[in-house]
Amino acid sequence: MADWTYSNVVPWWPYVFILLAGWLPTDIWRYLGVVSASRIDETSEAAKLARTIATALVAAVIAQLVFFPTGALADIPLPVRFGSLAAGFAAYQLSRRRILAGIIAAELVIGGWALVAILI
Amino acid sequence: MMLSSSEAAERSTLGWILLGMKGIASPPALILTTAFFGFAGLCREAGISWEEAAFMTGMVWALPAKIILLGAITAGTSLPAAAFAVALSSLRMMPMVVALMPELRGAKTRTPTLLFLSHFVAITAWVFAMERMESVPRDKRAAYFGGFAVTLTAINTVLVAVVFNLMGQLPALATGALAFLTPVYFFTSLYGSARDITGRLALFCGMAALPPAHWLSPGYELLTAGIGGGFVAYLSARIIAARRSAA
Repeated sequence: MADWTYSNVVPWWPYVFILLAGWLPTDIWRYLGVVSASRIDETSEAAKLARTIATALVAAVIAQLVFFPTGALADIPLPVRFGSLAAGFAAYQLSRRRILAGIIAAELVIGGWALVAILI
Repeated sequence: MMLSSSEAAERSTLGWILLGMKGIASPPALILTTAFFGFAGLCREAGISWEEAAFMTGMVWALPAKIILLGAITAGTSLPAAAFAVALSSLRMMPMVVALMPELRGAKTRTPTLLFLSHFVAITAWVFAMERMESVPRDKRAAYFGGFAVTLTAINTVLVAVVFNLMGQLPALATGALAFLTPVYFFTSLYGSARDITGRLALFCGMAALPPAHWLSPGYELLTAGIGGGFVAYLSARIIAARRSAA
């Protein structure tokens, strides 16, 4: 705890760590959003820009998971991850926008790769 | 949601809360729940206790922020640096909430109510709300959103605690396949909820901007790609709209 890192030597410290490093820096933006939203017109160009940036930020998280993942996802090769997302989107479009169809197609690509990887 | 206008007008506040709670059986909510199976596995790997994993789920709620926080815990990052990384990743909550509030607010909705409800805003609840708010009467929107979002958070908090304890060691491949549900889900649901070409452009620009951003500003790639890609998408959509109206 001396160097302000996570440790469970003191029983309450992990919770303080989660609050200060997780809850506070996340909820502060939510509250700022509520407070500043009353001054913003939904149909204004500023609101449209805010929506566009919010979407692009989530898109960046998606790309992060596809192109530069960590942990268990990194064990799946990049072409398989990319192919899985592409297959998911194709199935989503072909099924008249059923998210579940997209998910199943994407998981089938990963499952298929896993099967081949185990057999070879 | 197909509701006739008379049916929508008759429903009581409690009725709307219950209808919102029923939303947790919708595909987006069920898919998110599946992603939390993967998150419970990640928490186990990181070596935190199940109580801490559940606490984190309820208090932070946004999945990308939790994954970053967990990474910081695993890497032994100092508190200020971890908080900074989480703040950068959660910055997108602000434009999301700004976009949601005009949809959510009725004439009598109080700010404390909105502050409370904003805690439950994350990608799934946001997409769910932006898709369905139009068919909910304005004075019932806070109740409907609360019914959905609070229930979704509560159920997943309990789920993380239960799955963490049930799961011995999930094979890495299974955790990976489960974790990959998240990007596919976010991509298709954002594409579906995009109101016009701007939303779709933002989706593609944000993704395309990430690899160069990763190279240009390691550690800040999400912010760089999101803000840069967002601006490019916004300006492109304006140019397209201007050309269309000129033609």
